[in-house]
Amino acid sequence: MSASLEQPAAARPSRRGWLFLLPVLAFAAVGVVLALGLGRDPQTLPSVLIDKPAPSFALPPLPGRDERGFSSADLGGRPMLVNVFASWCVPCRIEHPVLDQLAREGVTIHAINYKDAPEDALAFLRALGDPFTRIGADRQGRAAIDWGVYGVPETFVIDRDGRIRYRHVGPLQPRDLEQTIRPLLEKLAR
Amino acid sequence: MTSRPLLALLFAGMLAIGPARAATSPDEILPDPALEARARALGKELRCLVCQNQSIDDSDAPLAKDLRRIVRERLLAGDSDAAIKRHLVERYGDFVLLEPPFKPATWLLWIGPFLVLLAGGGLALAFLRRRPALPAEPEELDPAERQRLEALLASDPRDRPA
Repeated sequence: MSASLEQPAAARPSRRGWLFLLPVLAFAAVGVVLALGLGRDPQTLPSVLIDKPAPSFALPPLPGRDERGFSSADLGGRPMLVNVFASWCVPCRIEHPVLDQLAREGVTIHAINYKDAPEDALAFLRALGDPFTRIGADRQGRAAIDWGVYGVPETFVIDRDGRIRYRHVGPLQPRDLEQTIRPLLEKLAR
Repeated sequence: MTSRPLLALLFAGMLAIGPARAATSPDEILPDPALEARARALGKELRCLVCQNQSIDDSDAPLAKDLRRIVRERLLAGDSDAAIKRHLVERYGDFVLLEPPFKPATWLLWIGPFLVLLAGGGLALAFLRRRPALPAEPEELDPAERQRLEALLASDPRDRPA
């Protein structure tokens, strides 16, 4: 009687023991995926424009600075940056010294001035320095939308063929310069 | 103590601001009701990239307003709903769509839950089928067992061995 309800005890644990590890392994796998997800910044979206030609646009100048403005024709020829900024944007003030530094090193930086009053933008540049070669005034923010911009500041790295190679969302920090921007510009210049 | 009229006033205020409203302002609304209905429907499917978990129809963010305006401009230009979505996906990626599209990169996302359900159901079924059926009736006691049982029943419980 006592034997009838039990399994053939000797064979089972040795053959199927690993099955009991399955939930543990599944839990560990989920844990690893979630831990990796925790480290990501959900506000930083990948750009779909990476490795694609920059969108075509033609923006008017900031009156009083120059007469050229900034258009897609200015892109390419050599690696360069395109920075989207606004005088009302506080993080833009934080990153401005980094852009000044790059410009002093000879890096070409063009800018899209996003939804800004020209006189405010000019005052901003007078106060903090003007690292930009060309500036286009995007008063309606339409050109920025073609670039996939969803907040200022954003910075794009353009290669000599005028393709977008990298997008940085948020203020550029000295660390970003060392770790990403400079190595990429050097690679693209070769 | 809070006075009753004050509570009533608070409650009325909550009622007044309670219902969610679309962010679309009157100056954006298209004169053609059919087009406007399509614009509203599209707006509910498009993500506001600033607030990220709101549609552009719900969001008061300036970028959402710009995107609503683009949707309406494209509608007036005669674009199809699909073309308008494509226009925005080209700039902002699939993320701009609140409902991810069904394509190789998202197959696991869409089918995954059903795969897990199938696997779990399969495991449960296999487990249930492998479990041996309980014997329908208990086996008869053999004479030695019966004798021992009767002896136990007859004896004083306090004398039994533990």
